[in-house]
Amino acid sequence: MNLALKDIRHGLFRFVLTCFGLGLLMTVVLAMVGIYNGLVADALAAVRAPAVDLWVVESGTQGPFAEASSIPPDTRDAVARMPGVAAAGAVTFQTIEAAHAGRTLRLYVIGYEPGRPGGPLAIAEGRGMGAARFEAVADRKTGLQVGDTIRLGRNRFAVVGLVEGAMNSGGDPAIYLALADALALQSELDPAAERVRAARGAVGAPQPQVAAVVARVVPGADVELLSATVRQWKHLGVLTQAEEEDLLLSSVVDMARRQIGLFLGILLSVSAVVIALIIYTMTMEKLKQIATLKLIGAPDRTIVGLIVQQALILGMSGWAIGFALISTVKDVFPRRVVLEPLNALALAGIIAVVCLLASGLGIRAAQKVDPATALGG
Amino acid sequence: MALGEVLVDVAGVAKHFGEGPTRVDALREIDLTVTAGEVIALLGPSGSGKTTLLNVIGCILAPSAGRVTLDGDVVFDRGRWLRRDLRRLRLDKIGFIFQAHNLLPFLTAEENVALVLDLAGQSQAEGRARARELLDYLEVGHRARVKPALLSGGEAQRVAIARALANRPRIILADEPTAALDSVRAGLVMDLMRRLAVEQEACIITVTHDEKIFDRFDRLIHLRDGRLVAA
Repeated sequence: MNLALKDIRHGLFRFVLTCFGLGLLMTVVLAMVGIYNGLVADALAAVRAPAVDLWVVESGTQGPFAEASSIPPDTRDAVARMPGVAAAGAVTFQTIEAAHAGRTLRLYVIGYEPGRPGGPLAIAEGRGMGAARFEAVADRKTGLQVGDTIRLGRNRFAVVGLVEGAMNSGGDPAIYLALADALALQSELDPAAERVRAARGAVGAPQPQVAAVVARVVPGADVELLSATVRQWKHLGVLTQAEEEDLLLSSVVDMARRQIGLFLGILLSVSAVVIALIIYTMTMEKLKQIATLKLIGAPDRTIVGLIVQQALILGMSGWAIGFALISTVKDVFPRRVVLEPLNALALAGIIAVVCLLASGLGIRAAQKVDPATALGG
Repeated sequence: MALGEVLVDVAGVAKHFGEGPTRVDALREIDLTVTAGEVIALLGPSGSGKTTLLNVIGCILAPSAGRVTLDGDVVFDRGRWLRRDLRRLRLDKIGFIFQAHNLLPFLTAEENVALVLDLAGQSQAEGRARARELLDYLEVGHRARVKPALLSGGEAQRVAIARALANRPRIILADEPTAALDSVRAGLVMDLMRRLAVEQEACIITVTHDEKIFDRFDRLIHLRDGRLVAA
């Protein structure tokens, strides 16, 4: 006879309410884990998107994500000619705001050379960019659709394709433009501003600069040797893909990551205390019944089983409700919430351990119960 | 097993709480034997030691001195329990009936009775069959699937008696079993207990203040200040 299940069924409404309350707490914990993961995933999205091996940047900078970097566009030719380099492309990055369909979009503009590294790897809808100018490929989160047009700077761009998961570390969705268009967006001034600049005696447009040159190497090529070769050019610096990712995580998102990590720790501690309190209270409410069980001869394993099973059912139900809720609402969050199966399983493990530890408190209280109390004397 | 066989033998049992000026002697040199088929009452004013004696016989409370023999087994002697698993001993040999029936609220009447057999290791089917048999015998079979909260006081007490008898214990300890019942029902419950005691060759030791049922007992044992004053 399973006493734990019988007792749960007896007070089902109350138990379900308790599970739901715990489930809401688990939803918050899982949301924080998801936001934490999302922050890291967002930060790495832009750096991983082009799938390259080397980032050639301005010497002395940690560009192009952690610091500003500015190098001549023809650096790409020099890098592409190096032995061991399979392909190279120049890229630019800038964040702008643009109006579309009555709302203001904050966009992460990535300029790249179609046909060269630096652009999106996969197109989710529509097509990739061709040779034509004034075309754009946007991340779905921009809300743009294939066929839409959007004004960026002084030009209007046609959206020809959509991608997914492309954004900067701040969560701003990306829009890909051809390098020439992106450079123009960076350097072209409003006509009035251009007139003022000319009146001040400036001659010609400033030389456009790119943020970095990205390169893929041929299989088996020595990336370290290539990096060392690039560094010999005094005006250039170079970071491998791994270095760029480490740099991004250790500098750009580190503080936010630690902040969320700390908050997550506090939240888990609060959850542990709440779970312990619920289980302890559930046990204390049953002390008279436990005394009766002891008096009629129930062995310890029956009483321990009653407490532990209820604790685990409560914890796992709370976890399942939390998981179901966060899976349902995660797309409503403004920032990306990434739920990894491993994280969810780890939380289930933590909850199980917390439940077992909390059961220990209840079991201790149960062990102290004198069976004579059931006799009422 | 036979009627007249000694089931409870308490010899020179004493129990005190505390030491020095705070010492309270709850039981002093108690000698008592109860035989199979016998129904006895422990009487006395509050604090006279009735419940303490019941707890000692029920292996819930260790005496300070003396010897306790239950169903032929010496279970306490020379200041220590001679059985390690007292709960198993209670499960096998002793049935308890409480003043406030103490049925588990999350089990039906039938499950409350069958639980004892489940704990004793009997199969679910056996447990349920025995529970049904007892509930029918006690005329509450029709309430077998009802939870204690929906039972009347008399029904609940009869279910509690069924639970106490489920494992066929030879010693039944009852603490004010009729306190919550009117005189008619109290008499019926006592008659039932007596009948079962005889049928199962068990003895019943009851703590009671209920004068209405004094005539249902074979012996009235009076306690005062921890001593037996008449038997």
